[in-house]
Amino acid sequence: MPEDLKDQNGSKKGLTALLEEVKSEVKVLKEKGVEEAKSLQDPEKTQLYKSIFRVKHDDKPRSRALGVLSNVFLHLHPAKINRDAVAYNYTWGMGGISFYLFVVLTFTGTLLMFYYHPSKVQAFRDILYLEHDVPFGKLLRNMHRWAAHLMIITVWLHMFRVFLTGSYKKPREFNWVVGVILMLLTMLLSFTGYLLPDDQLGFWAVTVGTNMARATPLLGHEGPFGPELGMTAYNDVRFGLLGGSIVDSNALLRAYIWHCIAIPLIASVFMAVHFWRVRKDGGISGPSPMMLASEIKEERKL
Amino acid sequence: MDWAQLWEIASAPDNVPIVALIVLVPFYSWYGLRQSLANDRLIAQLETDPQMAKTHHRKTQPWRPGWEREVHVWPYLLRIEFLAAIIVTFILMVWSIALNAPLEEPANPTLTMNPSKAPWYFLGLQEMLVYFDPWMAGVVLPSLILVGLMAIPYMDANPLGNGYYTYKQRKFAIWAFCFGFLILWLSMVVIGTFIRGPGWIWFWPGQTWDHNRVVFEANRDLPDIFGITSALGKGIFGGIVTLLYTAVTAIAFHKVLTWNDFNRKIYQRMTLVQYLTLQFFIITMMSLPVKMIARLAFRIKYVWITPWFNI
Ligand code: HEM
Repeated sequence: MPEDLKDQNGSKKGLTALLEEVKSEVKVLKEKGVEEAKSLQDPEKTQLYKSIFRVKHDDKPRSRALGVLSNVFLHLHPAKINRDAVAYNYTWGMGGISFYLFVVLTFTGTLLMFYYHPSKVQAFRDILYLEHDVPFGKLLRNMHRWAAHLMIITVWLHMFRVFLTGSYKKPREFNWVVGVILMLLTMLLSFTGYLLPDDQLGFWAVTVGTNMARATPLLGHEGPFGPELGMTAYNDVRFGLLGGSIVDSNALLRAYIWHCIAIPLIASVFMAVHFWRVRKDGGISGPSPMMLASEIKEERKL
Repeated sequence: MDWAQLWEIASAPDNVPIVALIVLVPFYSWYGLRQSLANDRLIAQLETDPQMAKTHHRKTQPWRPGWEREVHVWPYLLRIEFLAAIIVTFILMVWSIALNAPLEEPANPTLTMNPSKAPWYFLGLQEMLVYFDPWMAGVVLPSLILVGLMAIPYMDANPLGNGYYTYKQRKFAIWAFCFGFLILWLSMVVIGTFIRGPGWIWFWPGQTWDHNRVVFEANRDLPDIFGITSALGKGIFGGIVTLLYTAVTAIAFHKVLTWNDFNRKIYQRMTLVQYLTLQFFIITMMSLPVKMIARLAFRIKYVWITPWFNI
């Protein structure tokens, strides 16, 4: 275009022509823009949406199924499930709630880690700082604490439900075993966290708790056959747990690492296995059709 | 009646989970039992009516011909999960705004807390310390609880009740589990919270926690009652009593396993290993209430005394 202008030697007429040209260009652009804006009314047609979700969001059975299966967070679920199993009264939702609480605890726990130093000098002050100066610090600490307690309750109730529905029976025996390990890990997570505020409550609870380790048969210096095997207060299991013979700075550091890194990682691995097995064992166990005593088949003998 | 004392214990923020437990556990026990009984009624019907057994869908859930057997996870399950997440978050928010997590004085090894309690979910173990020495209560029994729990699916030879609530078809399993979980484990958590005061002394609910109270109860060992004084005598006597307990419990339990036709049918299916493992865990579990009664009612501390360990 600038080439055309030069030919006309910069006359006024050239300027109007330029203006006209710009106008028409703007008009085209505007129409394009309006059209695009209109298409945004249906965001599911945009490249952005399609690139993220990949599946149409409508109530066709195919889309519903794909929506679950093609989403990394939702694909733990099958696409369809037993119609009676979604009713609350069968599972009580306790497994799912336990998992949700684990997620809440990971989230609040990570935020707490920003403010906490696992050292004898700092730990207690950090809690005071959290409670009094950090915005929402108190709420954060409370939520972490109560979610931990609640998780223990929901895990126990989950186990109770799985027992009452006989869901540990063939073929789910092994998932029950994984579950028992998860329960132990949940309680250990809570227990290691108890020491971290470095206050009297945690200190004495952990002292009472680890004192029992002294009495471990064979491996504790006060346990049966411990002294005979050369156990002293400086080389037995309790020493290994605390990193010393008393609950002190090493114990605090060890509790911190177990609590924030090791046990959460181990528990995550076991949870992954647990959920995987729920699927591989044929999905949730029921409510399944009832079997009558007269239908028990003879066990195949080895 | 010291209501202030009771309130002080019940309203301590760290004890709120136990108060919740006292409400939630009976509720869910009832909830499960209700469904078990409903299923049991249907089972009884099916058993008497073979024609119905052939055609019935065998669930207490409503069913109409033409209904799909399965539903889509999205939205029928996901909406429930989403709702549950919102409700749990809401409860946590309210709870966290209303009650503060406890924070005591900074840790001080020279100032013992009295009572010095384990976190509530371990109070069962701490309570067991009253009846057993630490190596048993703190190490051996907890390990056996875990291993015993893990062994449940492998010991239970009863194929009925897989995937539905029932009481009738699994009477023994349900009684055994509820005895262990509700009576032994949870009630000890409650005792540890509400009843054990300073010095781990028994205070009835509503009794004031008196820090100066001392209980002069002379605990005796079983051999003493029989006038056995020599170490060797005590060792042999205790061994015999323990063996006797084992034998009596084993026989009584065997009677339970062969009580009626149904029990015998399941018993027939058990392998020897299953039978012996089950016996072992039942005998171990029952030793706790036996020692509790011996201690609380007869003030007997040890039954079996040896130079290496006491039980
Ligand atoms: C961190 C702890 C745990 C989490 C997050 C968890 C999570 C879950 C979830 C989400 C399910 C799906 C069904 C449901 O919600 O009921 C499930 C099923 C199951 N869980 Fe757990 N669980 C945990 C601990 C346990 C424990 C302690 C046990 C038993 C000792 C256990 C045994 C089982 C079994 C056998 C199933 C299959 C049940 C069925 O098919 O009906 N889990 N778990």
